[in-house]
Amino acid sequence: MVRLPYTTALTTLFSYGLLFAFGQLRDFFRKFVDWFKAKNVKGYAPICLGLEDFYVRRLYLRIQDCFGRPIASAPDSWFDVVERISNDNNKTLQRTSHTTRCLNLGSYNYLGFAAADEYCTPRAIESLKKYSASTCSVRVDGGTTKLHAELEELVARFVGKPAAILFGMGYVTNSAIIPCLIGKGGLIISDSLNHNSIVNGARGSGATVRVFQHNSPAHLEEVLREQIAGGQPRTHRPWKKIIVIVEGIYSMEGELCKLPEIIAVCKKYKAYTYLDEAHSIGAVGQSGRGVCELLGVDPADVDIMMGTFTKSFGSCGGYIAASKDIIQHLKHTCPAHLYATSMSPPAVQQVISAIKVILGEDGSNRGAQKLARIRENSNFFRSELKKMGFEVLGDNDSPVMPIMLYNPAKIPAFSRECLRQKVAVVTVAFPATPLLLARARICISASHTKEDLVTALDVISRVGDLVGIKYFPAEPPKIAEVGHNKLE
Amino acid sequence: MDMALPIVNATATVLARVSAAFNAPLARAVVFGVHIDGHLVVEGLLIAVIVFQLTRKSYKPPKKPLTEKEIDELCDDWKPEPLCPPIKEGARIDTPMLESAAGPHTIVDGKEVVNFASANYLGLIGNEKIIDSCVGSLEKYGVGSCGPRGFYGTIDVHLDCEAKIAKFLGTPDSILYSYGISTIFSVIPAFCKKGDIIVADEGVHWAVQNGLHLSRSTVVYFKHNDMASLASTLEKLTRGNKRAEKIRRYIVVESIYQNSGQIAPLDEIVRLKEKYRFRVILEESHSFGVLGKSGRGLAEHYGVPIEKIDIITAGMGNALATDGGFCTGSVRVVDHQRLSSSGYVFSASLPPYLASAAVSAVNYLEENPSVLSNLRSNIALLHKELSDTPGLEISSHVLSPIVFLKLKKSTGSPTTDLDLLETIAERVLKEDSVFIVTSKKSNLDRCKLPIGIRLFVSVGHTESDISALSKSLKGVSASVLSDYF
Repeated sequence: MVRLPYTTALTTLFSYGLLFAFGQLRDFFRKFVDWFKAKNVKGYAPICLGLEDFYVRRLYLRIQDCFGRPIASAPDSWFDVVERISNDNNKTLQRTSHTTRCLNLGSYNYLGFAAADEYCTPRAIESLKKYSASTCSVRVDGGTTKLHAELEELVARFVGKPAAILFGMGYVTNSAIIPCLIGKGGLIISDSLNHNSIVNGARGSGATVRVFQHNSPAHLEEVLREQIAGGQPRTHRPWKKIIVIVEGIYSMEGELCKLPEIIAVCKKYKAYTYLDEAHSIGAVGQSGRGVCELLGVDPADVDIMMGTFTKSFGSCGGYIAASKDIIQHLKHTCPAHLYATSMSPPAVQQVISAIKVILGEDGSNRGAQKLARIRENSNFFRSELKKMGFEVLGDNDSPVMPIMLYNPAKIPAFSRECLRQKVAVVTVAFPATPLLLARARICISASHTKEDLVTALDVISRVGDLVGIKYFPAEPPKIAEVGHNKLE
Repeated sequence: MDMALPIVNATATVLARVSAAFNAPLARAVVFGVHIDGHLVVEGLLIAVIVFQLTRKSYKPPKKPLTEKEIDELCDDWKPEPLCPPIKEGARIDTPMLESAAGPHTIVDGKEVVNFASANYLGLIGNEKIIDSCVGSLEKYGVGSCGPRGFYGTIDVHLDCEAKIAKFLGTPDSILYSYGISTIFSVIPAFCKKGDIIVADEGVHWAVQNGLHLSRSTVVYFKHNDMASLASTLEKLTRGNKRAEKIRRYIVVESIYQNSGQIAPLDEIVRLKEKYRFRVILEESHSFGVLGKSGRGLAEHYGVPIEKIDIITAGMGNALATDGGFCTGSVRVVDHQRLSSSGYVFSASLPPYLASAAVSAVNYLEENPSVLSNLRSNIALLHKELSDTPGLEISSHVLSPIVFLKLKKSTGSPTTDLDLLETIAERVLKEDSVFIVTSKKSNLDRCKLPIGIRLFVSVGHTESDISALSKSLKGVSASVLSDYF
């Protein structure tokens, strides 16, 4: 977890207070100016009242150019970032035709399948010519092709479960599955830092939702005991069922989930477990099978495993893997299966080829090479950053590493300076993270070479000195660090 | 008499002494210049006792929290339900598997069939130009975009596609979503918050219902496609309600309803909206590229200026033969979604080859507006041929490319109805190689409209296809439904 030093907290709060005060001042003057130019939408309440979009108007728009940067090439390890200019002080941005070639430290390209790949792309093009870009139909009508059936079997085999079901978008997978599994009278216990799609799915289901402290099996046990003993709120009837939802790698923290302990707690109290492996499937584990393989958990112990194909497989879509009965039930009731257009066939073919490469079934050992490279790259990068004195979160072996910035002024400073030096990083602030804990998030890919990483480290170190984010003392270069594994 | 006198004397003395004792100090008491009489002391004591009793807490039995052992017992006793209910006997499990592109003719389970199950209205599946542009995109960008729009997932084809759609429809700007159904259920919660009022048609499909549920606003449903019911609902909600001025109010309708094939009368809705000051959210998934002289949708069909409709959303998985969705409206509407729409911010962006397919599809529509009249004549032909099907009747609008056939007389139970319709669909496929489907209902869907057989008409269907369908359907429905009439 993040330890926020007092002085940093004070300066960050002061900065936000100053921004807030300036924003209020400008709003005040804006009220005067607008009073003269009365708009003619009488009778309609405005889309955003008063303070609802204060953050967007007065804080976010100042640094708008750090987010949503368009690119003009594939999101590979080096890509072309399109330059944008603003004529009205960052309120609107226009594209220019000028591009800069930058090192990509922001895209979710863990295994390097993002750009055209020698094995995957020809097959994707072939399937495009055969099945066309879309089936224009839902899965249960005329949208199931042979590719979909093949991929479902392959995913089930890869993950280690009896059966699987596919969806065209990872976000919809969570939002549409959770209401099918649990409804009113059930309890969902989810980690406090779960993704928005899980929160939406939990709210849409109508079940009661409780939160446990991030990655803390002890607190989970406390919450379970309290809830089972207390029963439903007000009526105290026993709960119909309890589902505990956790993620494999938390994308804003870079941490791995404490899966063995959480599974043990859930088994003891007869709760069902739902594991969201959006960032970890294909990226961690000896053969890329995700957190279960890395932490030594039997996939049969997890009731439902969910994942997406966007990150490690370079495609789009999501899947759910579980027992045959559950998958059968979902095929009959899940709205995303019954009402949504089926996944695009070339995307399905891309995943099939990517999984075959990872498993080594394409006849080469590129998959094993990629997995080894991403592990080495992540561990090397993380240890070097720590040596330089940055505050880096996350566990070893995780390809996501956030670097803490804290201060709101450092966010655009870091982002813009890195871009000037041809390194593209992602900075995240409120509301994706807590207000005081802004960070820059680095995603390592298997397609980054050692030279790329050394260049990146160089640039980040220089920019870090300029901006002042080396919160920890740097290690003197003579002492070699013993990299110890944080996992049991 | 000698003894009585001393006793009387003694008693008198005692009495005198006692009364003196009572009276003496009190008679002589002067506290702070105030005389105090004896009764005041007694009254003071009484008041003190009353005040003391009032300030005592009332008796409550002490709370005993559960001991660890009791909690252990409760946890051991508790038995959860299974995660999924057991599969019903006889439930149909297999879906037909396609082995080629889902055009007007396709191969299902090894046989070539006429395909009326894909919403390929403009016949763009298999179009050469679109496939070429997709191949170019695949070679340049790969398949996925590997990131959300805010973090290097915005590729120039996305921006081109947004600009193209906005220009085609005549609106200032548009925003792309990465999946068809996620469009509407991300747009509605972005604009409607707790305390707002939404008036929605009762026949909207699941994605809209999910969006309404997630928005936590007050939702009032009106009768399906019934303008009188809409008018009276609007009247009821705004009459005498002073607060109604300050809260946001929306009407949510679909242009062509997936669940019934009806078309919403937009001119009437716009008139009502302006009268009662509501905003309109229009879901155009099945009418974009189909209705209107040049395919610009329901607004062009009714001749309503596009600025009057506040928010238009559509999925591109139908006429445009690609995937994803878009939303368009004024600049304020579109900009607001870039930061507060959860399906846009928290999800990876649309794969670039699908965005370039969308651009090519819109280009095709602009260059060949004659496909629309061909589509309309196909739909009219189908209506004519199926008008005398035994046991089934067409209940969709004459211009809707979704032709909805429902049972003339329902058997009374939805499961039996569904069973009959699915038997008809299976037999039509097996015996006559025509691929048709029934409408499916999830148990989470609260729409109560009747189910039926849905036929998706495409411009690529020839007259012989349509006559094959009508012959087969008439034959099979006559034999299956003969027991019920």
